[in-house]
Amino acid sequence: MALLEVLGVSKRFGGLLALAEVDLQLEEGMIASLIGPNGAGKTTLFNILTGIYFPDGGEIRFLGRSLAGLRPDQITSAGIGRTFQNIRLFSQMSVLENVLVGMHSRLSVNLVDIFLRSQRLRAQEREARLGAMELIGLVGLEQRQNEWARHLSYGEQRRLEIARALASAPKLLLLDEPTAGMNPSEAQSLMALLQRLVGKYVRSILLIEHNMRVVMGVSDRVTVLDYGEKIAEGEPVEVRENPRVIEAYLGRSDWMSHAQG
Amino acid sequence: MALIWGLGLLGYISLSSALVFTFPRSVIAFVFFEASLFWVYYAPLSFKMKCFFGALVLVVLLPVLGSVNGYYLEIAIQVGIFVALALGLNIVVGFAGLLNLGFVAFYAIGAYLWAIFGSPQANEFLPGAYFPLSPSWFFVFLLLSVFVGALAGVLLGLPVLRLRGDYLAIVTLGFAEVVRALVNNLDKPINLTNGPRGITPIQRPPLFFQPLLKLFGLETDPATLYPLYFYFLVVVLVLLIVTATRRLEDSPIGRAWKAIREDEVAAATMGIPVVRMKLFAFAVGASFAAAVGVLFSAKQIFINPESFTFMESIGVLAMVILGGMGSIPGAILGATAVTVLNLQLLKGLSLWLNSLRQSGLILHLPLLGSIDLSQIPAQFEPAKYERMVFGLILILMMILRPQGMLPPRREGD
Repeated sequence: MALLEVLGVSKRFGGLLALAEVDLQLEEGMIASLIGPNGAGKTTLFNILTGIYFPDGGEIRFLGRSLAGLRPDQITSAGIGRTFQNIRLFSQMSVLENVLVGMHSRLSVNLVDIFLRSQRLRAQEREARLGAMELIGLVGLEQRQNEWARHLSYGEQRRLEIARALASAPKLLLLDEPTAGMNPSEAQSLMALLQRLVGKYVRSILLIEHNMRVVMGVSDRVTVLDYGEKIAEGEPVEVRENPRVIEAYLGRSDWMSHAQG
Repeated sequence: MALIWGLGLLGYISLSSALVFTFPRSVIAFVFFEASLFWVYYAPLSFKMKCFFGALVLVVLLPVLGSVNGYYLEIAIQVGIFVALALGLNIVVGFAGLLNLGFVAFYAIGAYLWAIFGSPQANEFLPGAYFPLSPSWFFVFLLLSVFVGALAGVLLGLPVLRLRGDYLAIVTLGFAEVVRALVNNLDKPINLTNGPRGITPIQRPPLFFQPLLKLFGLETDPATLYPLYFYFLVVVLVLLIVTATRRLEDSPIGRAWKAIREDEVAAATMGIPVVRMKLFAFAVGASFAAAVGVLFSAKQIFINPESFTFMESIGVLAMVILGGMGSIPGAILGATAVTVLNLQLLKGLSLWLNSLRQSGLILHLPLLGSIDLSQIPAQFEPAKYERMVFGLILILMMILRPQGMLPPRREGD
């Protein structure tokens, strides 16, 4: 059974058809990439998957269950975590607090426990901190746990977003341009991190990415969107050779054939 | 190091209380004394030592000084009431980032809750003559007000929490005006609130400990007992609120509130039920305010809608902002500073100015010539432009220290 099934999902913003009956399947244990030119509808799809937007048509099934009508926090509890393209950390909270917030759906909030500061609550907090520190270590931010998120460098903020998304123990991790603004060596170590995550921390990863080296390096499958439509899908090598993909990225190649002809 | 601080604090506390004893009318001496609590908070001492010094000042010295000058006790009670209100509003505005301009509405709801049933007022619309309820009901209503306040908070919250920022602020402002208008006009067709005439006499809490005091052979004159009694009630209420607020802040709920304040969409995506958490912030803040309202109406014996104007809401908001949004010590300091400024410093200055005027002194200044002090116009009285001084302080704060006097500290700092 597929982990995630996107079945004919459409989304319209006024006159703009942002997504046109997009289908997508994501198998267990996979890293899949979603690519396409700017404005192709990639982030819109993420926003629909996480409940920020409602689709105008189609269905999303996660672990065989429909996600229709669920709020973002319910979708997170169901097991989908995400990061944002334009970093959205809690800037005036510490690195540790950011990750702890990510754990919210896994913690019990019982008012009696809180007002009495019960043994149970303190044990839960201790454990949450340990878990958070493990994730912070995983993305290499253990030296900065008490720093305010907004004082981190750009690359560190991207990594903190990943740690925060992992904190909800998602089964599926959605990463929106995780290497944007990173230098090649940072991107390299991020790729290694992604490969370590699958199987151990998450079951599958779906990422939006513009850096083709990363896409080709880590993806098991690539899906290409253009103007809200899926124009290609397959293994990285297949997709790279696909004329429609080349056209979407570089424009029509008429002048080439004329020159050759 | 701790020893030096401990001795220094002890010295400061004894010196300042000695000053208040010698100059019982001096505002400066009293402010000096009040500042000792600030030093207790800041001293690098163990929690137990801080508790000891805090208890020394709050439980022993202040009541004793209050017997020297009864006005000090009244000020301490007022400070306590505003501290509790500021702490409640700090949860809504400081933690959850929801700008509420109508916080006083919940305070009014609590105050009227006890005023109506703790006075003959309820006989106006309920059959029989069961009212006023006996004083012991005060404590029941104190507890009840927590739930009524929370309910009012949720009822206001449900329709408006979809709004953000400015819109939310306007609606809460409107809500407070609606509550005030209701209270003002619900004297007909059924007389629920007695309208602008207000309600009096309101029952005070029971003096259940009077027999105990007699046992110790203590003189029990209610006139001296009640201020002390209210003072201790306020201290206990504030302590409870501080404890509850601190525990909430350190819990997953407190983190969820801050996350919503920082970025609502990201918070929701991290698994936080945003609407529920916002409603809860509204409910907690409102329940604190309502509980304080019950205490307020019992203390005042008389309340009318004039006590719950928009300016009250703004005043409490200013306390939170001055102290530092999202900071518990900040809210306490802000409320104390503003209340002391209004009740003591500005009034003190006015008194001083009056006495100068009456002394008929004529100052001979080198360049300005001679000034007849009795000619100082009455408009100069600082108490008359309290709001202006207040506004100036706010403007200066926003320019010089926008994060407030005691901004929230980061973990590990």
